[in-house]
Amino acid sequence: MKSCKIIVVLMVGLALSWGLFLSTAAAKPIKIGILGPMSFTQGEGHWNGATMAAEEVNAAGGILVGKEKRKIELVKVDTNEFLSIPDATNAAEMAVRRHKVDFLMGGFRTEAVLVMQDIAMEAKKVFIGCGAAHPQLCTRVLDDYDTYKYWFRLTPINSSYLGKVDFILLGTVGHIIKTQLGVEKVKVAIVAEKAAWADPIVAAAQKVIPEKMGMEVAGVWRPSPVATDCSAELSAIQRAGAHIVFTTFSSSVGLTFAKQMGELKVPAAPVGINVESQKTGFWEATNGAGNYVLTINTYAPVAISDTTIPFVTEYRKRFGETPNYTAGTHDAIKLLQVAIEKAGSIDSDKVVAELEKIDYTGAAGRVVFDKSHDVTWGPQYVTSIGTQWQDGEIQCVWPYNWEGVTYEGSKPYQLPPWVVEYWKK
Amino acid sequence: MLVDILIDGLIKGSVYALLAIGFSLVLGVARIINIAHTALYMTSAYLIYVGTKIMGLPAILCMVTAIFLTILLGLLIYNFFIRPIQEHEAAMLISTIAVGMMLQEVFLMIFGGHYLGVEPLIGGYATIMGVRVTNQHLLALGLAIIVLVSVRFFLMKTRTGLAIRSTANDREVANLMGMNVTGVAFVTMAVSVGLASIAGAIVVPLVTVEPTMWMHPLIMMLAIVVLGGLGSIEGSFVGAYILGFAESLVVFLLPNGSFLKDAVALTIMILVLLVRPEGLFGVSFEEER
Repeated sequence: MKSCKIIVVLMVGLALSWGLFLSTAAAKPIKIGILGPMSFTQGEGHWNGATMAAEEVNAAGGILVGKEKRKIELVKVDTNEFLSIPDATNAAEMAVRRHKVDFLMGGFRTEAVLVMQDIAMEAKKVFIGCGAAHPQLCTRVLDDYDTYKYWFRLTPINSSYLGKVDFILLGTVGHIIKTQLGVEKVKVAIVAEKAAWADPIVAAAQKVIPEKMGMEVAGVWRPSPVATDCSAELSAIQRAGAHIVFTTFSSSVGLTFAKQMGELKVPAAPVGINVESQKTGFWEATNGAGNYVLTINTYAPVAISDTTIPFVTEYRKRFGETPNYTAGTHDAIKLLQVAIEKAGSIDSDKVVAELEKIDYTGAAGRVVFDKSHDVTWGPQYVTSIGTQWQDGEIQCVWPYNWEGVTYEGSKPYQLPPWVVEYWKK
Repeated sequence: MLVDILIDGLIKGSVYALLAIGFSLVLGVARIINIAHTALYMTSAYLIYVGTKIMGLPAILCMVTAIFLTILLGLLIYNFFIRPIQEHEAAMLISTIAVGMMLQEVFLMIFGGHYLGVEPLIGGYATIMGVRVTNQHLLALGLAIIVLVSVRFFLMKTRTGLAIRSTANDREVANLMGMNVTGVAFVTMAVSVGLASIAGAIVVPLVTVEPTMWMHPLIMMLAIVVLGGLGSIEGSFVGAYILGFAESLVVFLLPNGSFLKDAVALTIMILVLLVRPEGLFGVSFEEER
């Protein structure tokens, strides 16, 4: 009788162990490949944002797929796309073929992302872009839905929307200069790095500024994206009598330009896109000369949504840096979780169907994808923000009473004091 | 506009001259094509960044230390990567390219691709004939001129300078005359790297410190050296100012094409070479043969 009991206990134990084994084996992690230039700030943003999100999801047990919870396993994929596009291609191939990731997110340089997009689409992997702004990445979805439906762009807003925000910021500062300084005809110097993505913005600016905004173009300067000295450009801009410098920079020239402009106290307000100025390290790298630089941005410690301030605060505490738009991988993982849980599967087609319907409010705002799988921009959706450096702090200065939107914690825009002193009549 | 071009070109030319003369010196004396020359300039900049920003040490102390450490590194590179293959020019060229890339990767690994900056020694700006110039730019210009004059004095008025010049003139004859050509090459290498590190120290507050910061000066330096005449110190000096002024001219005359300033500088080099293949101050090939 006693031996019978022992056998029963052993059988039960074995059954339990087997069940446990089966459940563990079935709940294998969901692999997400994070693509980015990992030695550079942009790649760090990709990885840091994703790490935070994965840890939060895993701490809560993981993603509910059907009836089981599956944890997230991140795969760091260094694309080195800053220095080499072929490196990015190889990295994406490796993520798909060798690491066998279930999903992909990240990417930065449009030229690299276009290639990585093709690799992901061929493997039918959902790829959420968090870095490249070129419209073509999404128009491909409209042109060939069956092939490109696995692509979605989360951050940044596409370059057409970036252009819109850019001109809104320019108009805002132009209005301030007119009213505060009594300048009748505001002159704008257009300074854009020589890169393909900046060309449409320059062309639009040359047309829109004089025709629709009532301002004058003082000249157009196109330095190299990696120029190490802009003193000649700044000297010429000053000679041209510009009140505003309308910047379009995504590379290191943004730092050089802002630093030299601040050091020389050029009497013009810098407004536009300057990716370098989105970073916390910008202040130190310019030795404070980057004060008053205004740029389009994605995150700041303001209440874009309920989760923005906690996310930005935690990110800064943990990584000592303000998240830039590539840290949109944080929101990407969170909304992917929602889509997977609704689909009850990690099957790409089912997840795509849910992502197309998603209405998710993340740290960067309310995310709804349009027909081209691009993030919708507008007052009730993701707006992006305008941030200005004010005495060592990144402050959100736009939207500020724009279409009824002002994010709690925003501050009014400030003209550089030397600009006021120089131009005030 | 003329004043703007003159001031801007003068500053750019002086910094280029510092780099090009060092390169030219070691090329003329020891026939060493040291592609890693501007990577050593970058090393000096990074060392100053570490000293001032990370360790919080006084800027002057950091600059002096950086110059000495970079010279030491340059001599180690010479001893291990150049000297053993000095007779094989192609191998030496490849070896110094590898050293430059290696330094770039080391800095990328340690500091990442972040853009870093160092505080200027003197802040503020001065207005010269209506042109605003930062005081740090003026300081760089002044220091560059002092260093260039000192190098000139060293080469023309000292025994070591005489040895360097005579070795540069004819290495074989200098050797036959009983001169320690290897020793002279060693000293020349130290002076050359010293000039690169001084350029790094002078320029670091004006530029962005990052792992590929050696590439642009390398291209400009090679263009200057070819333009001036391979191995000619006077040629490098003149070439540096020609290209410095050319860059400024492009920005002022063709603002929409200011990204072309490097291309224009290189085009000038090609045009000069078409007319005078030996460069402005070089020995003609026929003569050399």
